[in-house]
Amino acid sequence: MSEIVLQVENLHTSFFTNQGEVKAVDGISFFVRESETFGIVGESGCGKSVTALSIMRLLQEPGGRITGGKIILEGTDLVPLSKKKMRAYRGRMISMILQDPMSSLNPVYTVGNQIGESIRLHQALPENMVEPAIIESLRLLKIPTPETMLGNYPFQLSGGMRQRVVGAIAMSCRPRLLIADEPTTALDATIQAQYIALFEDIQKKTNVAIIFITHDFGVVAKMCHRVGVMYAGKIVETAPTREIFKAPQHPYTSALINSVPRLDRKDERLFSIEGQPPSLLNLPPGCRFAPRCTVARETCRQQEPPEVSVGADHTVSCWRVK
Amino acid sequence: MKAAKRYTGLSRGARIVRSLTFIIPMIIMAGLVFITIFAPLIAPYEPTEQHMLERRLPPAFMEGGTTKYILGTDHLGRDILSRMIYGGRVSLSVSLLAIMITAGVGTIMGITSGFIGGRTDGFLMRLTDIAMSFPNLLIAMLLSVGVGPGFWTVVFALSILGWAGYSRMIRGESLRLRNSDFVMQARVNGVSNLGIMFKHIFPNVVNTLIIIMTLQIGMMILAESALSYLGIGIPAPTPSWGSMVSDGRNDLDRAWWISTFPGIAIGLVVLSGNFLGDWIRDKTDPRLRRL
Amino acid sequence: MADVLLEGRNLTKHYPVTRGLLQHVVGWVRAVDGVSFTIERGKTLSLVGESGAGKTTTAKAVLLLERLTSGTILFEGKDLYKFSHSELKTQYRPKIQYVQQNPWSSMNPRMRLRDIIAEPLVTNTKMDRGEIRNRVGELLANVGLDPASIDHYPHEFSGGQRQRIAVARALGLNPSLVVLDEPVSALDVSIRAQIMNLLKDLQDKYNLSYLVIAHNLATVRYMSHDVAIMYLGQIVEYGDTEEVFQKPLHPYTKALISASMLTLPEDEQEVKQIILTGEMPSPMNPPSGCRFHTRCAEAKEECSRDIPEMVSVGVKHMVKCHHHG
Repeated sequence: MSEIVLQVENLHTSFFTNQGEVKAVDGISFFVRESETFGIVGESGCGKSVTALSIMRLLQEPGGRITGGKIILEGTDLVPLSKKKMRAYRGRMISMILQDPMSSLNPVYTVGNQIGESIRLHQALPENMVEPAIIESLRLLKIPTPETMLGNYPFQLSGGMRQRVVGAIAMSCRPRLLIADEPTTALDATIQAQYIALFEDIQKKTNVAIIFITHDFGVVAKMCHRVGVMYAGKIVETAPTREIFKAPQHPYTSALINSVPRLDRKDERLFSIEGQPPSLLNLPPGCRFAPRCTVARETCRQQEPPEVSVGADHTVSCWRVK
Repeated sequence: MKAAKRYTGLSRGARIVRSLTFIIPMIIMAGLVFITIFAPLIAPYEPTEQHMLERRLPPAFMEGGTTKYILGTDHLGRDILSRMIYGGRVSLSVSLLAIMITAGVGTIMGITSGFIGGRTDGFLMRLTDIAMSFPNLLIAMLLSVGVGPGFWTVVFALSILGWAGYSRMIRGESLRLRNSDFVMQARVNGVSNLGIMFKHIFPNVVNTLIIIMTLQIGMMILAESALSYLGIGIPAPTPSWGSMVSDGRNDLDRAWWISTFPGIAIGLVVLSGNFLGDWIRDKTDPRLRRL
Repeated sequence: MADVLLEGRNLTKHYPVTRGLLQHVVGWVRAVDGVSFTIERGKTLSLVGESGAGKTTTAKAVLLLERLTSGTILFEGKDLYKFSHSELKTQYRPKIQYVQQNPWSSMNPRMRLRDIIAEPLVTNTKMDRGEIRNRVGELLANVGLDPASIDHYPHEFSGGQRQRIAVARALGLNPSLVVLDEPVSALDVSIRAQIMNLLKDLQDKYNLSYLVIAHNLATVRYMSHDVAIMYLGQIVEYGDTEEVFQKPLHPYTKALISASMLTLPEDEQEVKQIILTGEMPSPMNPPSGCRFHTRCAEAKEECSRDIPEMVSVGVKHMVKCHHHG
C-alpha cells in the first residue's frame, strides 16, 4: 500500500456573513495516497469547492475561515502555517486546476511566460535551465510542438488545449498533490476522454496524488480509485469506486446514481430526488439528508448519524447502516 | 461586539462610519430640497436687501460678529445666510432641470444607438463625439452673450452638451444587453424592437443611469457655479453659490467668509451627491434584495 | 404516415469572414452545411454534437433568429421563408417556443415572475388582465411552482425552479414545437431528473414536439425518439434513438458513445475505449472528402477524397460514411 500524501481530519470551514455563520464544511475527514485519485462528488453548495480552497488555504479572510481540524500534507499540518510558509507550498507541493480554462490563463502573457512564472518562483534553477523545464512540462501534458507553444497566447488555443496548458502550469513543479476542481465540465465529451487518459498517464509518470472534484459520475468511474460523496457540508459516504457503483450504502448516494440517465440501457423513468439541499444557514436537526430521504426514520430527524465502517475502505454516515 | 466583527469583518466603529456615509448625505440633500421649497419662510432677510452700514460683518461666532447676521454680511451688507438659502434654491433648480434634460436625451440616444446599431449608431456616436469635443464653457459664454443672461440661458447652456456623458455609457450598457439571453427570448416571443427597448433594455439601464445622475448633481452645481463665478451665469443680484464665491474673491484676506461659506456648501453637496448615488444604486438593484 | 410538424431540407448557413479596411471577404465559416431532418408531432428530435458542430445555429434558424444561406424549412408543409410578416406573427411565432440553456440569463432580472410568464401572452394575444392572470396561475401549476411566488424576482429562485419558469413561459401560447437548448446541463444532477421528467410529462399531456440540443448522450437517450449526430456542420448519423445507440454505425457516433459511457475500472478491459486524436477542425476549413477522416481510426484512402452520401440503413437509420456497418 503506498503512503498517504494528504490526511484531512475533521475539517471545519465557515463563512461569516451578515445573516450568520455558514458552515460550508462541517467536519470532514478523508485521505489520499500517492499515485491515487480521490474523487469528491456532490452538487452545488455541498462544500466540495470550499474543501479544495481550504486545503490550498485560499479562503478570503475575514469572510471565510478554517475554524477547526487538520490538513496534514506529508507530515505537516497546513492549517497553522503562516501565509509566507503556505505560499512556498502552493505550486510546489500542492497545485490546483480550476474549471474554466478561459479565465485561468492570463490573456496578456504567453504560455511560456505563465508556466515559467511558476518554475521561477519555486525552483532555484539557473536561467538557462528554465526553458527546458517549461518544455518538459508541456511534453508531460502531450502538447504538440512545445517549442512553438512557448510563444503562443491563450486566445490562439482551443478549450482543450488551454486546459492542457493549465495542467502544465499545475504540474510544472511536480507537486505531490494536485487538486482538480471540475476541470472537465466545460470540455466536450471526446476531449474529456482524451484529458482523462492524459491524467492517468501523468499520474503513472509522476506518482502525484489527485483530488478530483466533479458532479459527473462518468468521469468518476473512469478516473477515480476512491470516492467521497458530499452533501450539505459533510461527507456521507467514502468507498472505492467500484463499491460506490455496485453497492452504495447511503440513500443519497444511491438516489444520486439512480437519477443519472444511463447510456448502456434505456431508462423508462428517471428517479428524481424531491426538494432541494438545505440552506446552510438553517440546517435541519439530525441527518441533513433526512428531509429528502425516502427511508428516513425518527432517529434520523433527531440526531446526526456517526460514521461507521462497512468494509475495506468503505465508510458511511447513516442510521440505517450498522 | 466581538460577534458582530466575526460576522461582517468590520468593527463596530467601522460599521457606524459605513452607515453614516449614507445618513449624512441624505440629510444634506434633504436639507437642500427643504430650503429650496421653503426659502422665503426660512431666510431672515431678502437676498438682495442691502445694509450699507453693516458691510463685511464677520459671522456670529467670530469677534465682531452679531447674531443679527449669523454668517456675516458681504461687501454690500447683504446677509450671507439668506443669500446662501436663496442661492441654494437657484443652484439646485438649475442643476436638476439640466440633469433631467441631459439624462432624458442622453438615455434615449444611448439606448437607441446601442440597440439598433449600424448607421444609426454611427451617426449618433459621431454627434456625441462632436458634443464632447466642444468646450463647454465657450458655448455657455456664447449663449450668454447671444441670448442674454438668465435662468433659462444657464439651463440651456448646461444641457446643450451635457447629454454626451450619458449617451456613451448608456450605449455600452445597451450593447451588452442587446445580446443577452432574455432579449433573445423576447424576440422569440414576438416583442417589437420598441417594446424590447422599453421593457427590457431601459429597466436594466436605470441603475447605471441613476449613478450617473447623482454624480451629475455635483458636477452641474459646480458647472453652474463656474459660470456664475465668471459672470455669465445667473445674473446679479440673484444670488447663486458660484456668484457668491466670485463676489468675495477680492475680500479673501479681510472677509474670507463671503466666499468660503458658499464654497463649503458646494463641496458638501457634490460629496453628498456622490455618496447618495452609491447608496441608491445598491438599494434599487433587485439582485441585492435580501432573500 | 408520420405526422410531420417541421422539416428541414438541406439547411445551410455560412458566415462571411472579413478582413481589412475595406472588409473584403477572405473566407466562410461553414457553420451548417446541408442539414436535413424531420420532427414529428408529439415527438422529440435531438441534435447531438460537440461545440462547433452547428447544432445551435440550426436551432436558431428554426427559431428565425438566423437567416439561412440556403435550404428550406417547412412548417406544417409550408415554406417558412414564404410566410408573410403577419402570417409569421399569427401562424408561426405563437406555435414555436424556446427554452434556453442558462436559467440565470434567460430572464430579465428586473421583471417579476408574473410579467415574465405573461409577456408572450401580452404581445401575441388580446387577453385581458384577468384572463392573463388565470392563465399564468394555470401555467405555474403545470410546472409545479407555487402560484404565490408570482411577485418574486428571478434571482430569488434556484436554478431548477428557473428552468421550470422558462418552461411555463414557453407553454403560454400552446406551442406545437419547443426548442430546448441544453435544458438541463446547467443544473445540478439531482434536479436534472426532475426537469427531464417534467418535460416528458408535458409532452405526453399536450402532444408537444421538442427539438433538443444536447451534448450529453445519456440525456438524449432518455428524452428523444429520434437523434441526429452532428459533426462540423453536417449530420453524420440520423435515426431512431434506440437504433442509433444500440447499433451505432458512424465512427464518430461510436467514439461519442465510448466517451460518454459509464465504465467501471474493471470493465475497461472488456469495453474497448475509443479515444479520438486531435480536435475538431475549424469550420472555416473543413477537411476534404469526409469531414471526419482526419480523426477517424477507420479512415481509408477514399475518405479523404470522396464526400460520403447519406445512406439509409434499416427502417429509420441513416448514416454518412463510406464504410458503414
